[in-house]
Amino acid sequence: MADTNTKTGPSRRHLIGGAAGIATASGLAANAATVAAPQAATGQAEMALTVNGRERRLTVDVRTSLLDALREHLDLTGSKKGCDQGQCGACTVLIEGRRELACLTLAVAAQGRPITTIEGLAGEDGRLHPMQQAFIDNDGFQCGYCTPGQILSAVACVKEGHARTDAEIQEYMSGNLCRCAAYPKIVAAIKQARDQMEHG
Amino acid sequence: MRPFAYEHADDLAQASRLGRDAAQGQTDAPVQFLAGGTTLIDLMKLDVLRPERVVDIGALRARYEAVTAGPDGLHLGAMARMATVADDPAVLRDCPAIAQSLQLAASAQLRNMATLGGNVLQRTRCAYYRDPSWAACNKRRPGSGCTAIDGFNRNFAVLGVDSACISQYPGDFAVALIALDARVLLSGPDGARQIPIGDLHRAADGKPHIETTLKAGELITGFHIPASPAARRSLYLKIRDRQSYEFAVSSAAVALDLDGDTVRHAGIGLGGMAYKPWRAREAEALLVGKPLTEAAAEAAARAAFAGAVTHGGNDFKPELGRRTLVRALMQARTMTIQTGEA
Repeated sequence: MADTNTKTGPSRRHLIGGAAGIATASGLAANAATVAAPQAATGQAEMALTVNGRERRLTVDVRTSLLDALREHLDLTGSKKGCDQGQCGACTVLIEGRRELACLTLAVAAQGRPITTIEGLAGEDGRLHPMQQAFIDNDGFQCGYCTPGQILSAVACVKEGHARTDAEIQEYMSGNLCRCAAYPKIVAAIKQARDQMEHG
Repeated sequence: MRPFAYEHADDLAQASRLGRDAAQGQTDAPVQFLAGGTTLIDLMKLDVLRPERVVDIGALRARYEAVTAGPDGLHLGAMARMATVADDPAVLRDCPAIAQSLQLAASAQLRNMATLGGNVLQRTRCAYYRDPSWAACNKRRPGSGCTAIDGFNRNFAVLGVDSACISQYPGDFAVALIALDARVLLSGPDGARQIPIGDLHRAADGKPHIETTLKAGELITGFHIPASPAARRSLYLKIRDRQSYEFAVSSAAVALDLDGDTVRHAGIGLGGMAYKPWRAREAEALLVGKPLTEAAAEAAARAAFAGAVTHGGNDFKPELGRRTLVRALMQARTMTIQTGEA
Protein backbone atom coordinates (compact mmCIF):
# COMPACT_ATOMS: atom_id res chain seq x y z
CA MET A 1 0.00 0.00 0.00
CA ALA A 2 2.98 2.29 0.22
CA ASP A 3 3.54 2.76 -3.47
CA THR A 4 0.75 5.25 -3.84
CA ASN A 5 1.88 8.59 -5.14
CA THR A 6 5.13 7.44 -6.64
CA LYS A 7 5.47 8.85 -10.11
CA THR A 8 6.87 6.40 -12.60
CA GLY A 9 8.61 8.80 -14.90
CA PRO A 10 7.09 11.65 -16.86
CA SER A 11 3.85 10.80 -18.59
CA ARG A 12 2.76 12.41 -21.81
CA ARG A 13 0.36 14.69 -20.10
CA HIS A 14 2.95 15.96 -17.66
CA LEU A 15 5.24 16.84 -20.55
CA ILE A 16 2.41 18.63 -22.28
CA GLY A 17 0.55 20.23 -19.47
CA GLY A 18 3.03 20.60 -16.67
CA ALA A 19 1.31 20.63 -13.35
CA ALA A 20 -1.55 22.80 -14.48
CA GLY A 21 -4.89 21.76 -13.17
CA ILE A 22 -3.69 20.15 -10.00
CA ALA A 23 -6.04 21.32 -7.33
CA THR A 24 -4.33 23.37 -4.69
CA ALA A 25 -5.45 23.95 -1.18
CA SER A 26 -6.99 27.38 -1.05
CA GLY A 27 -5.60 28.32 2.31
CA LEU A 28 -8.90 27.31 3.78
CA ALA A 29 -9.00 27.93 7.47
CA ALA A 30 -11.12 25.15 8.87
CA ASN A 31 -13.80 26.75 10.97
CA ALA A 32 -13.82 24.53 14.00
CA ALA A 33 -17.11 25.96 15.20
CA THR A 34 -19.04 24.66 12.21
CA VAL A 35 -17.46 21.23 12.28
CA ALA A 36 -19.78 19.29 14.51
CA ALA A 37 -18.79 15.69 13.86
CA PRO A 38 -15.55 13.91 14.45
CA GLN A 39 -15.58 12.80 10.81
CA ALA A 40 -15.55 16.35 9.48
CA ALA A 41 -12.85 17.07 6.95
CA THR A 42 -11.89 20.40 5.44
CA GLY A 43 -9.03 21.51 3.23
CA GLN A 44 -6.61 18.65 2.66
CA ALA A 45 -7.97 15.25 3.58
CA GLU A 46 -6.29 11.89 3.75
CA MET A 47 -8.19 9.17 1.95
CA ALA A 48 -7.82 5.66 0.57
CA LEU A 49 -9.28 4.59 -2.77
CA THR A 50 -9.43 1.06 -4.13
CA VAL A 51 -8.54 1.43 -7.79
CA ASN A 52 -8.09 -1.49 -10.14
CA GLY A 53 -7.65 -3.86 -7.22
CA ARG A 54 -5.03 -1.84 -5.36
CA GLU A 55 -5.43 0.43 -2.40
CA ARG A 56 -4.13 3.89 -3.15
CA ARG A 57 -3.63 6.42 -0.37
CA LEU A 58 -3.62 10.09 -1.14
CA THR A 59 -4.01 13.44 0.53
CA VAL A 60 -6.01 15.88 -1.53
CA ASP A 61 -8.37 18.79 -1.13
CA VAL A 62 -11.72 17.51 0.06
CA ARG A 63 -13.34 19.15 -2.98
CA THR A 64 -11.41 16.91 -5.39
CA SER A 65 -13.60 14.91 -7.73
CA LEU A 66 -12.87 11.24 -8.24
CA LEU A 67 -11.96 12.12 -11.81
CA ASP A 68 -9.33 14.65 -10.73
CA ALA A 69 -8.04 12.25 -8.09
CA LEU A 70 -7.53 9.57 -10.74
CA ARG A 71 -6.03 11.85 -13.37
CA GLU A 72 -4.08 14.42 -11.38
CA HIS A 73 -3.02 12.45 -8.34
CA LEU A 74 -2.88 8.78 -9.31
CA ASP A 75 -1.62 9.29 -12.88
CA LEU A 76 -4.52 7.30 -14.28
CA THR A 77 -5.27 9.57 -17.21
CA GLY A 78 -7.33 7.07 -19.17
CA SER A 79 -10.52 8.46 -17.66
CA LYS A 80 -11.22 11.62 -19.62
CA LYS A 81 -12.58 15.01 -18.67
CA GLY A 82 -15.10 16.15 -21.23
CA CYS A 83 -17.79 18.40 -19.81
CA ASP A 84 -16.99 17.90 -16.10
CA GLN A 85 -20.75 18.33 -15.55
CA GLY A 86 -22.11 14.81 -15.85
CA GLN A 87 -23.41 15.26 -19.37
CA CYS A 88 -20.91 13.59 -21.74
CA GLY A 89 -19.87 10.29 -20.13
CA ALA A 90 -16.16 10.62 -20.95
CA CYS A 91 -15.30 10.13 -17.27
CA THR A 92 -17.31 6.92 -16.88
CA VAL A 93 -15.73 4.42 -14.48
CA LEU A 94 -17.06 1.29 -12.83
CA ILE A 95 -17.74 1.66 -9.12
CA GLU A 96 -18.65 -1.62 -7.43
CA GLY A 97 -19.21 -2.87 -10.98
CA ARG A 98 -21.74 -0.14 -11.88
CA ARG A 99 -21.03 2.55 -14.44
CA GLU A 100 -20.94 5.93 -12.75
CA LEU A 101 -19.54 9.36 -13.48
CA ALA A 102 -16.22 10.19 -11.84
CA CYS A 103 -16.71 13.92 -12.43
CA LEU A 104 -19.80 14.10 -10.21
CA THR A 105 -18.33 11.88 -7.49
CA LEU A 106 -16.28 13.34 -4.66
CA ALA A 107 -13.12 11.28 -4.18
CA VAL A 108 -13.61 11.41 -0.43
CA ALA A 109 -17.07 9.84 -0.85
CA ALA A 110 -15.75 7.02 -3.05
CA GLN A 111 -13.71 5.42 -0.30
CA GLY A 112 -14.42 1.77 0.36
CA ARG A 113 -16.05 1.26 -3.04
CA PRO A 114 -13.86 -0.61 -5.55
CA ILE A 115 -13.22 1.41 -8.70
CA THR A 116 -12.28 0.08 -12.13
CA THR A 117 -10.81 2.44 -14.71
CA ILE A 118 -9.88 1.70 -18.31
CA GLU A 119 -6.35 0.95 -17.11
CA GLY A 120 -7.68 -1.95 -15.04
CA LEU A 121 -9.87 -3.58 -17.66
CA ALA A 122 -7.34 -5.74 -19.51
CA GLY A 123 -6.19 -9.02 -18.00
CA GLU A 124 -3.08 -9.33 -15.86
CA ASP A 125 -1.27 -10.75 -18.87
CA GLY A 126 -2.10 -7.63 -20.88
CA ARG A 127 -4.71 -9.37 -22.98
CA LEU A 128 -7.39 -6.89 -23.93
CA HIS A 129 -10.92 -7.20 -22.59
CA PRO A 130 -13.28 -8.42 -25.35
CA MET A 131 -14.88 -4.95 -25.41
CA GLN A 132 -11.53 -3.25 -25.98
CA GLN A 133 -10.71 -5.69 -28.78
CA ALA A 134 -14.16 -5.21 -30.30
CA PHE A 135 -13.73 -1.42 -30.45
CA ILE A 136 -10.45 -1.97 -32.33
CA ASP A 137 -11.92 -4.62 -34.63
CA ASN A 138 -14.91 -2.42 -35.52
CA ASP A 139 -13.16 0.97 -35.64
CA GLY A 140 -15.43 2.12 -32.83
CA PHE A 141 -13.76 5.52 -32.57
CA GLN A 142 -12.03 8.28 -34.46
CA CYS A 143 -10.28 10.75 -32.13
CA GLY A 144 -10.55 8.31 -29.22
CA TYR A 145 -11.26 10.85 -26.49
CA CYS A 146 -14.62 9.38 -25.50
CA THR A 147 -13.43 5.79 -25.99
CA PRO A 148 -12.38 4.83 -22.43
CA GLY A 149 -15.77 6.00 -21.16
CA GLN A 150 -17.56 4.28 -24.02
CA ILE A 151 -15.79 0.99 -23.34
CA LEU A 152 -16.45 0.95 -19.60
CA SER A 153 -20.06 2.00 -20.15
CA ALA A 154 -20.43 -0.73 -22.78
CA VAL A 155 -19.03 -3.41 -20.45
CA ALA A 156 -21.62 -2.44 -17.84
CA CYS A 157 -24.37 -2.21 -20.47
CA VAL A 158 -23.77 -5.84 -21.45
CA LYS A 159 -23.58 -6.99 -17.82
CA GLU A 160 -26.84 -5.20 -17.02
CA GLY A 161 -28.52 -7.14 -19.83
CA HIS A 162 -29.32 -3.94 -21.73
CA ALA A 163 -27.54 -4.83 -24.97
CA ARG A 164 -30.06 -7.21 -26.51
CA THR A 165 -30.98 -5.15 -29.59
CA ASP A 166 -29.52 -2.21 -31.52
CA ALA A 167 -32.29 0.03 -30.21
CA GLU A 168 -31.62 -1.03 -26.64
CA ILE A 169 -27.88 -0.44 -27.01
CA GLN A 170 -28.57 3.02 -28.44
CA GLU A 171 -30.89 3.87 -25.55
CA TYR A 172 -28.66 2.53 -22.80
CA MET A 173 -25.48 4.04 -24.27
CA SER A 174 -27.00 7.52 -24.73
CA GLY A 175 -25.04 8.83 -21.76
CA ASN A 176 -21.77 8.53 -23.71
CA LEU A 177 -21.45 11.22 -26.35
CA CYS A 178 -19.12 10.79 -29.34
CA ARG A 179 -18.70 14.01 -31.27
CA CYS A 180 -16.89 12.14 -34.06
CA ALA A 181 -20.21 10.28 -34.34
CA ALA A 182 -18.74 6.79 -34.42
CA TYR A 183 -22.05 5.55 -33.06
CA PRO A 184 -22.87 2.85 -35.65
CA LYS A 185 -19.45 1.26 -35.16
CA ILE A 186 -19.75 1.51 -31.40
CA VAL A 187 -23.04 -0.41 -31.59
CA ALA A 188 -21.35 -3.03 -33.81
CA ALA A 189 -18.47 -3.34 -31.34
CA ILE A 190 -20.80 -3.80 -28.40
CA LYS A 191 -22.70 -6.56 -30.20
CA GLN A 192 -19.47 -8.39 -30.99
CA ALA A 193 -18.22 -8.14 -27.40
CA ARG A 194 -21.65 -9.00 -26.00
CA ASP A 195 -21.64 -12.33 -27.77
CA GLN A 196 -18.10 -13.06 -26.55
CA MET A 197 -18.84 -11.96 -22.99
CA GLU A 198 -22.00 -14.04 -22.85
CA HIS A 199 -20.68 -17.16 -24.55
CA GLY A 200 -16.93 -16.82 -24.26
CA MET B 1 -16.03 25.03 -6.05
CA ARG B 2 -15.98 26.79 -2.72
CA PRO B 3 -14.41 25.16 0.32
CA PHE B 4 -16.72 23.15 2.55
CA ALA B 5 -16.52 20.83 5.51
CA TYR B 6 -17.25 17.22 4.59
CA GLU B 7 -19.07 15.14 7.17
CA HIS B 8 -20.18 11.56 7.11
CA ALA B 9 -23.35 10.36 8.81
CA ASP B 10 -23.38 6.77 10.03
CA ASP B 11 -27.11 6.58 10.64
CA LEU B 12 -30.35 8.51 10.27
CA ALA B 13 -30.24 10.11 13.71
CA GLN B 14 -26.74 11.40 13.12
CA ALA B 15 -27.70 12.68 9.67
CA SER B 16 -30.64 14.59 11.12
CA ARG B 17 -28.43 16.01 13.83
CA LEU B 18 -25.75 17.09 11.38
CA GLY B 19 -28.39 18.50 9.06
CA ARG B 20 -30.24 20.57 11.62
CA ASP B 21 -29.28 23.76 9.77
CA ALA B 22 -30.12 22.24 6.42
CA ALA B 23 -33.40 24.03 5.71
CA GLN B 24 -33.41 21.72 2.74
CA GLY B 25 -34.76 23.11 -0.48
CA GLN B 26 -33.39 26.52 0.28
CA THR B 27 -30.73 27.48 -2.21
CA ASP B 28 -28.67 29.35 0.35
CA ALA B 29 -28.88 26.63 3.01
CA PRO B 30 -25.52 26.27 4.76
CA VAL B 31 -25.81 22.48 4.98
CA GLN B 32 -26.60 20.09 2.14
CA PHE B 33 -27.04 16.33 2.23
CA LEU B 34 -24.99 14.34 -0.29
CA ALA B 35 -26.49 11.10 -1.66
CA GLY B 36 -25.92 10.37 -5.37
CA GLY B 37 -24.46 13.83 -5.84
CA THR B 38 -25.68 14.25 -9.41
CA THR B 39 -27.42 17.54 -8.64
CA LEU B 40 -25.43 18.75 -5.65
CA ILE B 41 -21.90 18.36 -6.99
CA ASP B 42 -22.95 19.75 -10.37
CA LEU B 43 -24.48 22.87 -8.80
CA MET B 44 -21.54 23.31 -6.41
CA LYS B 45 -19.16 23.26 -9.38
CA LEU B 46 -21.31 25.90 -11.06
CA ASP B 47 -21.14 28.00 -7.86
CA VAL B 48 -24.93 27.95 -7.59
CA LEU B 49 -24.98 25.98 -4.33
CA ARG B 50 -22.41 27.11 -1.79
CA PRO B 51 -22.85 24.95 1.31
CA GLU B 52 -20.50 25.40 4.24
CA ARG B 53 -21.04 21.78 5.19
CA VAL B 54 -21.82 18.71 3.10
CA VAL B 55 -23.22 15.73 4.99
CA ASP B 56 -22.58 12.46 3.15
CA ILE B 57 -25.51 10.09 3.79
CA GLY B 58 -24.13 7.26 1.62
CA ALA B 59 -23.87 5.02 4.69
CA LEU B 60 -27.67 5.05 4.98
CA ARG B 61 -28.03 3.23 1.68
CA ALA B 62 -28.01 -0.31 3.02
CA ARG B 63 -30.88 0.46 5.39
CA TYR B 64 -33.02 2.56 3.04
CA GLU B 65 -32.68 1.06 -0.43
CA ALA B 66 -35.23 -1.75 -0.27
CA VAL B 67 -38.05 -2.13 -2.77
CA THR B 68 -40.88 -4.24 -1.36
CA ALA B 69 -44.27 -5.14 -2.75
CA GLY B 70 -47.05 -6.03 -0.32
CA PRO B 71 -50.84 -6.26 -0.35
CA ASP B 72 -51.17 -2.60 0.63
CA GLY B 73 -48.83 -1.37 -2.07
CA LEU B 74 -45.27 -0.71 -3.00
CA HIS B 75 -42.58 0.62 -0.73
CA LEU B 76 -39.56 2.27 -2.35
CA GLY B 77 -36.58 3.08 -0.15
CA ALA B 78 -35.31 6.63 -0.61
CA MET B 79 -31.71 5.49 -1.11
CA ALA B 80 -32.61 3.03 -3.88
CA ARG B 81 -30.89 3.76 -7.18
CA MET B 82 -33.11 4.98 -10.01
CA ALA B 83 -31.72 2.28 -12.32
CA THR B 84 -32.45 -0.53 -9.85
CA VAL B 85 -36.06 0.49 -9.33
CA ALA B 86 -36.65 0.97 -13.06
CA ASP B 87 -35.77 -2.70 -13.64
CA ASP B 88 -37.61 -4.11 -10.61
CA PRO B 89 -40.20 -6.72 -11.69
CA ALA B 90 -42.72 -5.74 -9.00
CA VAL B 91 -42.50 -2.08 -9.98
CA LEU B 92 -42.86 -2.93 -13.66
CA ARG B 93 -45.96 -5.00 -12.92
CA ASP B 94 -47.69 -2.96 -10.21
CA CYS B 95 -46.74 0.60 -11.20
CA PRO B 96 -45.53 0.76 -14.80
CA ALA B 97 -45.63 4.58 -14.74
CA ILE B 98 -42.99 4.56 -11.98
CA ALA B 99 -40.66 2.22 -13.89
CA GLN B 100 -41.09 4.21 -17.11
CA SER B 101 -40.52 7.58 -15.45
CA LEU B 102 -37.24 6.29 -14.01
CA GLN B 103 -36.12 4.50 -17.15
CA LEU B 104 -36.69 7.57 -19.33
CA ALA B 105 -34.84 9.89 -16.94
CA ALA B 106 -31.20 10.83 -17.47
CA SER B 107 -28.41 8.50 -18.64
CA ALA B 108 -27.62 5.00 -17.40
CA GLN B 109 -24.68 6.39 -15.41
CA LEU B 110 -26.77 9.07 -13.72
CA ARG B 111 -29.53 6.58 -12.95
CA ASN B 112 -26.96 4.32 -11.30
CA MET B 113 -25.81 7.17 -9.06
CA ALA B 114 -28.97 9.09 -8.30
CA THR B 115 -31.26 8.01 -5.46
CA LEU B 116 -35.04 8.24 -5.46
CA GLY B 117 -35.02 10.67 -2.55
CA GLY B 118 -32.50 12.93 -4.23
CA ASN B 119 -34.31 12.72 -7.54
CA VAL B 120 -37.55 14.22 -6.28
CA LEU B 121 -35.47 17.09 -4.87
CA GLN B 122 -33.66 17.70 -8.17
CA ARG B 123 -33.24 21.42 -8.86
CA THR B 124 -34.59 23.20 -11.90
CA ARG B 125 -32.58 23.26 -15.13
CA CYS B 126 -33.37 26.96 -15.67
CA ALA B 127 -30.26 28.29 -17.44
CA TYR B 128 -30.47 31.57 -15.52
CA TYR B 129 -30.57 29.74 -12.20
CA ARG B 130 -27.62 27.54 -13.19
CA ASP B 131 -25.38 30.43 -14.28
CA PRO B 132 -24.47 32.88 -11.50
CA SER B 133 -23.24 35.42 -14.04
CA TRP B 134 -26.93 36.34 -14.40
CA ALA B 135 -27.52 38.72 -11.52
CA ALA B 136 -31.28 38.34 -11.40
CA CYS B 137 -32.68 35.01 -10.21
CA ASN B 138 -35.12 34.91 -7.35
CA LYS B 139 -34.45 31.24 -6.79
CA ARG B 140 -30.70 31.75 -6.47
CA ARG B 141 -30.66 35.26 -5.00
CA PRO B 142 -33.96 36.03 -3.26
CA GLY B 143 -35.40 39.36 -4.33
CA SER B 144 -33.07 39.87 -7.28
CA GLY B 145 -35.72 39.40 -9.99
CA CYS B 146 -36.29 36.88 -12.79
CA THR B 147 -34.28 37.02 -16.00
CA ALA B 148 -36.30 34.28 -17.68
CA ILE B 149 -39.61 36.14 -17.77
CA ASP B 150 -38.26 38.47 -20.48
CA GLY B 151 -35.45 36.16 -21.55
CA PHE B 152 -35.07 32.98 -23.57
CA ASN B 153 -37.90 31.01 -22.05
CA ARG B 154 -38.74 28.21 -24.47
CA ASN B 155 -38.69 25.28 -22.03
CA PHE B 156 -40.15 27.13 -19.07
CA ALA B 157 -43.22 26.41 -17.00
CA VAL B 158 -46.73 27.51 -17.92
CA LEU B 159 -48.54 26.17 -14.83
CA GLY B 160 -47.97 27.31 -11.27
CA VAL B 161 -45.76 30.24 -12.25
CA ASP B 162 -45.83 33.70 -10.74
CA SER B 163 -44.06 37.01 -11.29
CA ALA B 164 -41.10 35.82 -9.20
CA CYS B 165 -40.23 32.60 -11.05
CA ILE B 166 -41.23 30.69 -14.19
CA SER B 167 -38.68 27.89 -13.83
CA GLN B 168 -39.77 24.35 -14.52
CA TYR B 169 -39.56 21.29 -12.30
CA PRO B 170 -37.35 18.99 -14.40
CA GLY B 171 -38.02 15.55 -12.93
CA ASP B 172 -40.06 12.60 -14.16
CA PHE B 173 -40.39 10.26 -11.15
CA ALA B 174 -42.24 12.78 -8.94
CA VAL B 175 -44.76 13.33 -11.74
CA ALA B 176 -45.54 9.61 -11.73
CA LEU B 177 -45.76 9.59 -7.93
CA ILE B 178 -48.36 12.39 -8.15
CA ALA B 179 -50.58 10.37 -10.48
CA LEU B 180 -50.39 7.38 -8.13
CA ASP B 181 -51.28 9.18 -4.88
CA ALA B 182 -47.92 8.32 -3.36
CA ARG B 183 -46.90 9.31 0.13
CA VAL B 184 -43.46 10.51 1.14
CA LEU B 185 -41.97 9.04 4.31
CA LEU B 186 -39.88 11.53 6.26
CA SER B 187 -37.70 11.39 9.32
CA GLY B 188 -36.16 14.27 11.18
CA PRO B 189 -35.20 15.71 14.55
CA ASP B 190 -38.89 15.70 15.58
CA GLY B 191 -39.47 12.10 14.52
CA ALA B 192 -41.11 10.44 11.53
CA ARG B 193 -44.07 11.66 9.50
CA GLN B 194 -45.75 11.07 6.13
CA ILE B 195 -47.00 13.59 3.61
CA PRO B 196 -48.69 13.26 0.21
CA ILE B 197 -46.15 13.76 -2.58
CA GLY B 198 -48.16 16.79 -3.71
CA ASP B 199 -47.30 18.54 -0.44
CA LEU B 200 -43.52 18.09 -0.75
CA HIS B 201 -42.84 20.88 -3.24
CA ARG B 202 -43.96 24.40 -2.42
CA ALA B 203 -45.74 26.72 -4.82
CA ALA B 204 -43.58 29.57 -6.11
CA ASP B 205 -45.58 31.99 -3.98
CA GLY B 206 -43.13 34.86 -4.40
CA LYS B 207 -40.42 32.87 -2.60
CA PRO B 208 -39.01 30.45 -5.15
CA HIS B 209 -35.78 30.01 -3.19
CA ILE B 210 -37.69 27.90 -0.66
CA GLU B 211 -38.55 24.84 -2.67
CA THR B 212 -39.90 22.19 -0.32
CA THR B 213 -41.80 21.76 2.90
CA LEU B 214 -39.04 19.67 4.48
CA LYS B 215 -38.04 20.80 7.93
CA ALA B 216 -34.45 21.39 8.96
CA GLY B 217 -32.64 18.08 9.33
CA GLU B 218 -35.49 16.11 7.81
CA LEU B 219 -34.66 13.39 5.28
CA ILE B 220 -36.80 11.39 2.91
CA THR B 221 -36.62 7.73 3.93
CA GLY B 222 -39.00 6.24 1.38
CA PHE B 223 -42.13 6.39 -0.74
CA HIS B 224 -45.35 4.45 -0.40
CA ILE B 225 -47.55 3.83 -3.41
CA PRO B 226 -50.94 2.35 -2.49
CA ALA B 227 -51.96 -0.76 -4.40
CA SER B 228 -54.81 -0.05 -6.81
CA PRO B 229 -56.18 -1.09 -10.19
CA ALA B 230 -55.23 2.40 -11.42
CA ALA B 231 -51.59 1.86 -10.48
CA ARG B 232 -51.48 -1.21 -12.72
CA ARG B 233 -53.11 0.71 -15.56
CA SER B 234 -50.60 3.54 -15.40
CA LEU B 235 -48.04 4.91 -17.82
CA TYR B 236 -45.61 7.77 -18.22
CA LEU B 237 -45.43 9.50 -21.61
CA LYS B 238 -42.45 11.78 -22.12
CA ILE B 239 -42.06 14.18 -25.05
CA ARG B 240 -38.61 15.69 -25.54
CA ASP B 241 -36.35 17.39 -28.08
CA ARG B 242 -34.30 14.24 -28.65
CA GLN B 243 -35.27 10.65 -28.22
CA SER B 244 -33.03 9.74 -25.30
CA TYR B 245 -31.22 11.33 -22.36
CA GLU B 246 -33.15 14.59 -22.35
CA PHE B 247 -35.46 16.49 -20.05
CA ALA B 248 -39.16 16.63 -20.83
CA VAL B 249 -40.64 19.41 -22.91
CA SER B 250 -43.92 17.84 -21.94
CA SER B 251 -44.88 14.72 -20.04
CA ALA B 252 -47.91 13.08 -18.53
CA ALA B 253 -48.33 10.32 -15.98
CA VAL B 254 -51.79 8.82 -15.99
CA ALA B 255 -53.35 6.09 -13.86
CA LEU B 256 -56.81 4.80 -14.70
CA ASP B 257 -59.28 2.47 -13.05
CA LEU B 258 -61.82 1.52 -15.70
CA ASP B 259 -65.16 -0.26 -15.49
CA GLY B 260 -65.51 -1.25 -19.11
CA ASP B 261 -65.02 2.12 -20.79
CA THR B 262 -66.18 4.12 -17.81
CA VAL B 263 -63.63 5.84 -15.61
CA ARG B 264 -63.85 4.91 -11.92
CA HIS B 265 -60.71 6.77 -10.96
CA ALA B 266 -58.16 8.89 -12.79
CA GLY B 267 -54.83 10.14 -11.51
CA ILE B 268 -52.97 12.67 -13.67
CA GLY B 269 -49.53 14.20 -13.18
CA LEU B 270 -47.99 16.67 -15.62
CA GLY B 271 -44.27 17.23 -16.18
CA GLY B 272 -42.24 19.61 -18.32
CA MET B 273 -45.05 22.09 -17.87
CA ALA B 274 -45.13 23.35 -14.32
CA TYR B 275 -43.21 25.01 -11.54
CA LYS B 276 -43.62 21.89 -9.40
CA PRO B 277 -44.73 18.29 -10.06
CA TRP B 278 -48.26 19.09 -11.15
CA ARG B 279 -51.50 17.35 -10.38
CA ALA B 280 -54.30 18.00 -12.87
CA ARG B 281 -57.22 17.65 -10.46
CA GLU B 282 -59.75 19.44 -12.68
CA ALA B 283 -58.97 17.05 -15.51
CA GLU B 284 -59.27 14.04 -13.19
CA ALA B 285 -62.68 15.21 -11.94
CA LEU B 286 -63.99 15.70 -15.47
CA LEU B 287 -63.12 12.14 -16.45
CA VAL B 288 -64.62 10.26 -13.51
CA GLY B 289 -67.96 8.56 -14.07
CA LYS B 290 -67.94 8.92 -17.85
CA PRO B 291 -66.81 6.81 -20.77
CA LEU B 292 -63.22 7.57 -21.74
CA THR B 293 -63.61 8.84 -25.30
CA GLU B 294 -61.18 11.01 -27.20
CA ALA B 295 -63.60 13.91 -26.79
CA ALA B 296 -63.68 13.37 -23.04
CA ALA B 297 -59.89 13.25 -22.93
CA GLU B 298 -59.69 16.49 -24.92
CA ALA B 299 -62.11 18.19 -22.55
CA ALA B 300 -60.03 17.04 -19.60
CA ALA B 301 -56.84 18.29 -21.24
CA ARG B 302 -58.41 21.70 -21.87
CA ALA B 303 -59.33 21.88 -18.19
CA ALA B 304 -55.79 20.89 -17.18
CA PHE B 305 -54.32 23.88 -19.00
CA ALA B 306 -57.10 26.40 -18.38
CA GLY B 307 -54.82 28.37 -16.06
CA ALA B 308 -51.70 28.25 -18.25
CA VAL B 309 -49.62 31.44 -18.45
CA THR B 310 -47.04 31.77 -21.23
CA HIS B 311 -44.18 34.21 -21.83
CA GLY B 312 -43.43 34.18 -25.56
CA GLY B 313 -40.87 31.44 -26.03
CA ASN B 314 -43.12 28.88 -24.40
CA ASP B 315 -46.38 29.88 -26.12
CA PHE B 316 -46.43 26.47 -27.80
CA LYS B 317 -46.50 24.56 -24.55
CA PRO B 318 -50.15 24.46 -23.52
CA GLU B 319 -51.15 22.89 -26.84
CA LEU B 320 -48.29 20.40 -26.62
CA GLY B 321 -49.29 19.62 -23.05
CA ARG B 322 -52.91 19.04 -24.02
CA ARG B 323 -51.95 16.69 -26.84
CA THR B 324 -49.53 14.83 -24.58
CA LEU B 325 -52.25 14.24 -22.01
CA VAL B 326 -54.82 13.11 -24.58
CA ARG B 327 -52.34 10.64 -26.05
CA ALA B 328 -51.39 9.32 -22.60
CA LEU B 329 -55.04 8.80 -21.65
CA MET B 330 -55.85 7.02 -24.92
CA GLN B 331 -52.80 4.76 -24.53
CA ALA B 332 -53.66 3.92 -20.92
CA ARG B 333 -57.22 3.02 -21.93
CA THR B 334 -56.01 0.23 -24.19
CA MET B 335 -52.77 -0.80 -22.49
CA THR B 336 -52.15 -4.41 -21.53
CA ILE B 337 -52.29 -4.95 -17.80
CA GLN B 338 -49.79 -7.30 -16.23
CA THR B 339 -51.38 -9.63 -13.79
CA GLY B 340 -49.91 -11.70 -11.02
CA GLU B 341 -49.54 -11.80 -7.29
CA ALA B 342 -48.35 -8.69 -5.55
